[in-house]
Amino acid sequence: MEHDILIEARGLTRRYGPNVAVQGIDLTLRRGEILGLLGPNGAGKSTTMKMLTGNLAPSSGSVKINGIDIALQPKQAKQSLGYLPELPPVHPEVTVDEYLDFAASLHGVPKATRKAAVAKAKQSCGLNEMSRRLIGNLSKGFQQRVGLAQAIVHQPPVIILDEPTVGLDPIQIREIRSLIAALAQNHSVILSSHILPEIQAVCSRVMIVHRGRVVFQDSMAAVNAQNASRLAAIFRHAPKSFAVPGIASTQSLGEGRFVFTPEAGADPREALVAASVANGWGLLELKTEGRTLEEIFVSLTSSDTTELKEAA
Amino acid sequence: MSALVAIARHEARRIFVSPLAWTVLAVIQFIMGLSYCLLLTEMVNNPGSLNQYSGVSDYIGGGLFGFSAVLLLLVIPLMTMRLFAEDKKSGSLTLLTTAPASLTEIVLGKFLGLGVFFLAVLALMAAMAFSLFGGTDLDLGRLFAGLVGQLLLMLSFGAAGLFVSTLTREPVIAAVGGFGLLLIIWLFEAMAYGGGMFSDLFRHLSLIGHFEKLRRGVFDTADVAYYLLFITLFLWLAVQRLDVERS
Repeated sequence: MEHDILIEARGLTRRYGPNVAVQGIDLTLRRGEILGLLGPNGAGKSTTMKMLTGNLAPSSGSVKINGIDIALQPKQAKQSLGYLPELPPVHPEVTVDEYLDFAASLHGVPKATRKAAVAKAKQSCGLNEMSRRLIGNLSKGFQQRVGLAQAIVHQPPVIILDEPTVGLDPIQIREIRSLIAALAQNHSVILSSHILPEIQAVCSRVMIVHRGRVVFQDSMAAVNAQNASRLAAIFRHAPKSFAVPGIASTQSLGEGRFVFTPEAGADPREALVAASVANGWGLLELKTEGRTLEEIFVSLTSSDTTELKEAA
Repeated sequence: MSALVAIARHEARRIFVSPLAWTVLAVIQFIMGLSYCLLLTEMVNNPGSLNQYSGVSDYIGGGLFGFSAVLLLLVIPLMTMRLFAEDKKSGSLTLLTTAPASLTEIVLGKFLGLGVFFLAVLALMAAMAFSLFGGTDLDLGRLFAGLVGQLLLMLSFGAAGLFVSTLTREPVIAAVGGFGLLLIIWLFEAMAYGGGMFSDLFRHLSLIGHFEKLRRGVFDTADVAYYLLFITLFLWLAVQRLDVERS
């Protein structure tokens, strides 16, 4: 069955006794998309992923994988899934080859094509030299790769990765990132992380979860477009007020540093430079600056501190 | 179905690559070998103990199987402790629960993998009994009944141990719990001797009472049915337990 929407989750809620871990999350994953799930520790990312993969029954809400409800037809729905949980689900006492062969047969890869599938997954994850090593003797980084290989060995349309780069060195992180980018050409990926540059580097859409709720959701392109929304400038002789057309508001940061918010659709940069030259403000620096992903993340997830500030 | 076979094969492989399995096999074989020798010497020194009702097959075979039951009670919880507890602890159970396999297939797969190990134990036991073939006539029916009883007893111990293993994340707790559970069901036999209104019930429920007859070569469908029900009950409980964990 070909569907354009590979994961459709509606109103996912999960309670642990009186604690609500995840509340009313809606999530849609389209073909060829890499969705980044971002959030501070304990925000509900892993709980959401466990529900998406059928490892945890939601208290309410539904999950459809490739158009099949995972609660009603778990076997059929799970056929389209590859999942790397927080801890790679590896068996330390067997070799990489034995383990991947088992993972492939478990997911119904027929015997005739199993060897090729395992070889391809090993190739993708850089495990070729580790084929006959015991998984328990591999380093954390390589175990993580084995976990990743397990998730892609049966070429599922949907791949769900829970913090795939934890415990890896910077070079391995780059390799995994490029692997994820390569995977996205044929698969859809959901990726969770609390590392911002990681999401920024690979994802096409980002979703920020905080205290079990979705607090932000947009495409990376839109996030990047917002980047040009504000102007930061430094003046040697700053005036008391800036009477420049196109500037909606001005905020002084002290020592001649200012942040300007332009009126909607206006670009006051040229006028600002001209006014500075004419009035001798001594413009030292002028750059566009906007809400980066990091600022969005911090402003949305540090609500405790904002509330405190507002109260003060 | 293919998932079940895949899990069973992989589980058997995991059991046989672990030093634990070989240690357990070695210890069982050493102790059983010792008791085999003792039984044999005793029989040779005391040929008067054999009569028309109790021959070599009964003396050696029955004696071996009877003694092995106690030994198995001690070691099988060690073999079952890791089945689910360790996978839960390491997080590798997720591999199975994310795969297109039902909980029943997962439980049955692991159980059958364990069954392969039991076949190895059984083969060693059978080899000792059948080694007498060169020297004397053996009552094959008796020996086979004993071996069937032995296999059913091992599978029952295994099913109960497997269930206890789904209850915890710590393999050692699973071993202690499994041993405790088996011992209690075993001791029903002693409670039955105490008399009272429930003594019949206890006698029917005891694990060892049903083994006694098979060991002596009496193949009774009721005994076999008891073991099959016992196994089914604990495997079903394990499936229920895993299902509860998900919700």
